[in-house]
Amino acid sequence: MSALARIGRFLGDNPVIPLLILLALLVGVLEFMRPGILNERWIGNTVKFAIPLAMLAACQTFTMYTGGIDLSAGVVATVSAFVMATLVPVVGTGPAILLALIPALLIGLVNGIGVAFANVHPLIMSLGTGLIGTGCLQVYQRFVIATGSEVPPFLTWLGTGVTWGFPNSLLIFVPFAALLIYAQSRTGFGRALYAIGSNKEAARLSGVRAWQVYLLLYTLSGLVAGIAGLLYVGLIRAPSLSLVNPLLLPSVAAAVIGGTSIFGGRGSYAGTIVGALILRVLDTLLTLMRMPEGMRVLLFGLIILVVTAIYVRLTDR
Amino acid sequence: MTPQPVLDASGVAKRFGAVTALSDAALTVHAGEVVALMGANGAGKSTFVKILTGALKRDAGTVRIDGTDSTISSPAAARRAGIVPVYQEPALIPDLTVRDNLRLGDTPVDPFLHWTRELGIESLDLSETAGRLPLATLRILDLARALAAEPKVLMLDEMTAALPTNLVERVLKTVRYQADNGIAVIYISHRFTEIAQLCDRASVLRDGHTVGDVPIEPGVEDRIVEMMLGTALTSSEPAPRGAEARPAGKPRLRARGLAAGTALEDVSFDLHPGEVLGVVALEGQGQDELFDILAGFRPADRGTLEVDGAPRRFRHPADAIAAGLTYVPGDRAHALLAGRSVRENIALPLTARMGRWGPIGMRAEAEKVAAAIERLQIDTRAQGEVQRLSGGNQQKVTIGRWLAKGVETLLLFDPTRGIDVRTKGQIYPLVRELADQGAAVLFYTSELEEVRRACDRAVVIFKGRVVEVIEAAEATDERLMRAAYGLQTSEGAA
Repeated sequence: MSALARIGRFLGDNPVIPLLILLALLVGVLEFMRPGILNERWIGNTVKFAIPLAMLAACQTFTMYTGGIDLSAGVVATVSAFVMATLVPVVGTGPAILLALIPALLIGLVNGIGVAFANVHPLIMSLGTGLIGTGCLQVYQRFVIATGSEVPPFLTWLGTGVTWGFPNSLLIFVPFAALLIYAQSRTGFGRALYAIGSNKEAARLSGVRAWQVYLLLYTLSGLVAGIAGLLYVGLIRAPSLSLVNPLLLPSVAAAVIGGTSIFGGRGSYAGTIVGALILRVLDTLLTLMRMPEGMRVLLFGLIILVVTAIYVRLTDR
Repeated sequence: MTPQPVLDASGVAKRFGAVTALSDAALTVHAGEVVALMGANGAGKSTFVKILTGALKRDAGTVRIDGTDSTISSPAAARRAGIVPVYQEPALIPDLTVRDNLRLGDTPVDPFLHWTRELGIESLDLSETAGRLPLATLRILDLARALAAEPKVLMLDEMTAALPTNLVERVLKTVRYQADNGIAVIYISHRFTEIAQLCDRASVLRDGHTVGDVPIEPGVEDRIVEMMLGTALTSSEPAPRGAEARPAGKPRLRARGLAAGTALEDVSFDLHPGEVLGVVALEGQGQDELFDILAGFRPADRGTLEVDGAPRRFRHPADAIAAGLTYVPGDRAHALLAGRSVRENIALPLTARMGRWGPIGMRAEAEKVAAAIERLQIDTRAQGEVQRLSGGNQQKVTIGRWLAKGVETLLLFDPTRGIDVRTKGQIYPLVRELADQGAAVLFYTSELEEVRRACDRAVVIFKGRVVEVIEAAEATDERLMRAAYGLQTSEGAA
């Protein structure tokens, strides 16, 4: 075995390590370019913005385990954020939050039904439901245009607040991430996800009913996207019809950079979290370079491609 | 003076990092000769084959083709030098038509068609998509394609592993005929019967060395096995039990008049706990459909299936598993999660049901998995992904999965296809042991001798019907063969 192959195998077995190194490297470059930037406030801000991205990326990561994807996640997050904000003046904070999660669950469920029973590829299915969701949101907006909208203080506190130096959103995210990392490897459901993505035929032969897995998976994905949307609107404090949509492709990128295979059967949510942090730091880096917007976006895309290509090459066996 | 060999390899060595796969491999093949290349799993056989066909570069040693040193730097170079391989897996691209596949490989169509006819395929539609042809046909097409390339050295690597007996005969005859007409053949197989029938010599590899080169003569099998294993062969074959020893009482499985599709017409049998029932059939006689029904992949069109006296109809493998019927397919690729760990592969059925999707008791699971690994003697030194294991060990994982779950009725579909003698020698006693502990085992095999080695009796299926039930002790190759071909024996159908 060549040295490169051995490194590849090690990285394949411990995919988070090179990502952490890359993250440290990027932070180092940042500190070099702008000494002193590495302070509590900057770290807090980076984490704050990384959290909704990492939650949205959870939808991608877990659907990718089965060889799927959830392209409706961005729209779902936007829908629940918008619906929540417009309902708060009418029904109050608590009910508004709960009601806002209903469309999220519904879109997720429809994705699940399409994938499980109609055999539609998840990419097409979630792309379709995403468009439908956007359309519905625009219709909905005409009805509620008079009521106005409001982001409840609780969500603002969660999204932007800091306690003893720690962003409050960690209160949600730490248990969330711990649960997901536990669930992916130590629950029967997690095992079923990897099994389906690794070899659908073998999973079936072992008694896994894929339709049950898909239904639950995509419904949960919708729910998680909805929660991410609520968190994000708490951070941005201005609901709009395309609020979370720009986070969709970065959420896919975070999962892929984090070592999750879009072909299924391989990956880890821990990697995705580091992937989301890497993307946020990259974004700061490119902003600091005072590049024109177009150049920034171009470089961002390029870096994602290069990092992913290197990583896949290294860990491919 | 002996004529110059077509292929003469000596001192071939190959290392992968710290692992020495080959240290001193040699092989000489003359025109008109069929040489068996043999070796247990891990002996370096596949590495040697890959070097000879240009898929790998050797570290040391010489390979002479027609007396000239050759580097064989790529598969294309090997082909140009006249070395044409046929591998264990079908080589045609499944999404393309047969004609497009031929075009892709620059295979002349007329010779190809000549060879397909010669090999027993009467009507072949060239515009058929390759993926829709039966596996056995695909293998024949691979061979026909290789022959159409007019090879100097034809290399057949486990090519008969997935073939039904009648096609194997056809292949062996054609290959022999080609050899007699002057091509050199390297034949890689685990099947002694085929080697005895076809080969002139056997070259045996062990731990990366060529340890012997013996002419094929009656009784040479023991010597070859001895050379492969490096020790004298101790027979651990379970003696099949006679009819009187078979447990009486209620059957575990009672199949009556099962029919499905066009191939399975009417199959009935009883399978008792403690029994290993062999199923023998030529390719496409309905055995695939039968196992599909029993494993829950498709319901029967007609007929009934009773499990422990209760009628059952499975809509999903999960239903079959719930009824205690667990299935090991012949093709490991269908059963394994290649990129996942041995542990996850073995433990999957434990948590497959929706009711078991919650937290896993990791310690209890680890114990069950360890017990299955221990019992099957799975070599898990290659920790991590199942795809890093050898073929024999992978097959053990597919069986071990059901050991961890607890075996009631085991459906084995050609479980020893393409695995080495040592692993086979471990699987037969295991099957017997499971039966002794109360499991009922249905054992389809494409190797007739396995009926005697592993089964109590065998049902022979021909054209979708059971034509004969034969006790293992009386199951001579000739009798099984006659039954499989639908020829009546003096005793008549069972």
